[in-house]
Amino acid sequence: MQVLYFAWMRERIGVPKEEVETSAETVAELVEELKAREARYAAAFADMASVRVAVDQELTELSASLAGAREVAFFPPMTGG
Amino acid sequence: MAVLVQAEDFDVGAEMALITTGRADIGALVSFTGLVREMAGGSEMVLEHYPGMTEKALEKIEADARGRWALQDCRIIHRYGPLAAGAQIVLVITASPHRAAAFEAAEFIMDFLKSRAPFWKKEAGDGWVDAREADEAALGRWT
Repeated sequence: MQVLYFAWMRERIGVPKEEVETSAETVAELVEELKAREARYAAAFADMASVRVAVDQELTELSASLAGAREVAFFPPMTGG
Repeated sequence: MAVLVQAEDFDVGAEMALITTGRADIGALVSFTGLVREMAGGSEMVLEHYPGMTEKALEKIEADARGRWALQDCRIIHRYGPLAAGAQIVLVITASPHRAAAFEAAEFIMDFLKSRAPFWKKEAGDGWVDAREADEAALGRWT
């Protein structure tokens, strides 16, 4: 699936998006897989209270299922307006 | 009804005219314009967004507002990219027969837009702007 990163998550991980092969069933499992990969992921996901997630462009929770998901995005709390 | 996410500036008067031209049933037209405030770190910021999700999130906020108030029209414009201090950043226009609906709906839209639409501000010098707890708390009054 496509995994996208925005704002300081993008800067810490170093890419705006990437294709990730995963068997993770939930967002939380995907986060654990990514954190185990490299230090830059561990740094980006160090404080999960500051991480928001969208699955297929809908805001959701870490416990959300990834069944059928095409696109997962991670980003900090939003600061528009 | 319209949601626009664009780099270009907008003309508030022209946007209001798009709503009112050719009709005389609107009694209240409310517009809110958000501007880039001058910050200690510098005079420019960059606004990043999530193309695709941004439009969907704004359309959902607009639909939620229309579900609560009988709006005759609604227009949301949000800019992205580099923005200098003083620049217009966001515009919300609501139209209704009487003022209460237009006022309340415009505030509702701005409250949700602040913390539910995927935009992130980065200030020159100071880095990414932290989300304000007050913005999240503001949503509580609409539940």
